[in-house]
Amino acid sequence: MAVIAPTIKPAIATRLLRSRSDRRRAVFDRTMRTIALLAALVCVVPLGAVILFVAINGAPALNLDLLTKAPKALGTGGGAASAILGSLQMIPLAALMAIPIGIAAAIYVAEFSGTRSARIVRFAADVLVGIPSILIGIFVFTMLVLPFHQFNAFAGSVALALLMIPVIMRTSEEILRLVPGSLREASLALGIPMWRTVLSVVLRTGLGGILTGVMLAVARAFGETAPLLFTALGSRLVNVGNFSKPMDSLPLFVYTNARAPFTVLNQQAWGAALLLLLIVLTINIAVRARSFRRNVS
Amino acid sequence: MTTVQLPGRSLEGGSGGAADRLFRNGTRVAGSFLVIALIAIGVMLWLSSSQAFGTFGLGFVTGLTWDPVASIYGALPYVVGTILTSLIAVIVAAPIGVLTAIFLAELAPRRLSIPLTFMIELLAAIPSVVFGLWGVFVLGPFLGHTVEAWAVEHLGWIPIFAGPAYGIGLFTAGIILAIMIVPTIVSISREVISSVPASQREAMAALGATRWEIVTKAVLPYARSGIVGAIILGLGRALGETMAVTMVIGNGQDIPHGLFDQAQTIASKIATTFNEASVGIQTSSLIALGFILLVITIALNVVARLLVWRVAGPPGAR
Repeated sequence: MAVIAPTIKPAIATRLLRSRSDRRRAVFDRTMRTIALLAALVCVVPLGAVILFVAINGAPALNLDLLTKAPKALGTGGGAASAILGSLQMIPLAALMAIPIGIAAAIYVAEFSGTRSARIVRFAADVLVGIPSILIGIFVFTMLVLPFHQFNAFAGSVALALLMIPVIMRTSEEILRLVPGSLREASLALGIPMWRTVLSVVLRTGLGGILTGVMLAVARAFGETAPLLFTALGSRLVNVGNFSKPMDSLPLFVYTNARAPFTVLNQQAWGAALLLLLIVLTINIAVRARSFRRNVS
Repeated sequence: MTTVQLPGRSLEGGSGGAADRLFRNGTRVAGSFLVIALIAIGVMLWLSSSQAFGTFGLGFVTGLTWDPVASIYGALPYVVGTILTSLIAVIVAAPIGVLTAIFLAELAPRRLSIPLTFMIELLAAIPSVVFGLWGVFVLGPFLGHTVEAWAVEHLGWIPIFAGPAYGIGLFTAGIILAIMIVPTIVSISREVISSVPASQREAMAALGATRWEIVTKAVLPYARSGIVGAIILGLGRALGETMAVTMVIGNGQDIPHGLFDQAQTIASKIATTFNEASVGIQTSSLIALGFILLVITIALNVVARLLVWRVAGPPGAR
């Protein structure tokens, strides 16, 4: 029969203590633990408040007009079609640029590079994540807007891609590191070249996790406004396919309409914010719930 | 011969030949891209701001006026605005964030810590512009009518609490920033606290310590530098946060005198004026503002990462 070790939980230990100072310690312990619980609850209050108010104010405005109509002049109504279409064009293009670069950089750091260069690349990624997104916007402005004297949607996509790359790289790298070395060795022992091993064994094994990183980066790109201010600029016109001209996006639409002096436009801002929040939270909940389940099982 | 090393380390392969080399060099290009992008950002911002720094020298940083008509540009009001809003944010968010991290890592049962962690991660995912919209129409008026109105009425004789209380200005911006950086502080502090060896706690428990004494006397001293790092990372995020601040800080052009004054941060100044600026000294001055912000945030990030690594170990070192 197994011997059950006598374990005394700290809580029980405090109950066993009798002296006055010990009672004081127990009371202090309970007080501080309650305060810590309250702090945690305070942290989630804003989440509830933001979702609640955006839902209340946005729901009446989130209608078919908002989804399908182009903005009209001087705050007379219309919708957010230009912004929705803009986001749906700029973000895929950004992802198209960021996903290969991000994953390839992760493969380099996890599979090929020496410790030193891996550390440098990883450090660069960490610093890039910390750079305020508005500065990324200025950088792309000097590279892709100023030389052509034209705000353009392509510059917007590049700015979003620059924000996505380090996120994709860091999450993918963590996942690649978790792939057991025995898989690589088994594949190499079969005479499969390194590149096939990485692509069809290592990458395939880590695909779920990499996808998680990519989706979180996409969700982040959906909500980014600052890097688009000086690149894609925003536009009241529906722009489909012309990446050399300004283009609107959902967060830009929220920003400009929130500042407009017309109630109609303010309401549209709430509607668009609700749409944006739905997109971002859906991606996050879906992706994170999946990885949570995997961690638990 | 092919040498196969342990997982996570490079696999030097002689076989595979040209295709392997091509593949490896391709990934190396992608890896270098990140480093090059980082350097390019620094260089381009420096070059584009050189006109402003060349004209005003270091006086640009300490200059008080921003006057496009007279072509005089000084950054001090915006630097001060940035520091003050971020300071308010850290003062509010750091204690709440660290206490929450302690609760999640040390005290909470799993069925409570998992959903709470999840919700705090969701808070981090809310777009800045949505916070801004909520800040202008909900939080700002709320603070203006409650906290600010009360402070002006009862503490108004202290200069920094002097009114009027619009609900738009430094204070609201600081609170919005606090909400936005709490997730950063919580998640990194939690990670750091979790990496404290169990033996530390067990030793305290064996001495008859209460749960809270274990936290304050064994866990926190061990995790201290990492927690400071987490707070600095939060500060770095607050300094550069643009949209939400731009929407709630109002439009003050001077150094703010009171907590409820309107102001501008570096980021909000750039966001609101960049597109109207004429190319030349004005644009260059705005980019120079950005360059100051870049230097501050990179320095803070580097310091913070080093502090976190001291406790939790560098990433990928497992």
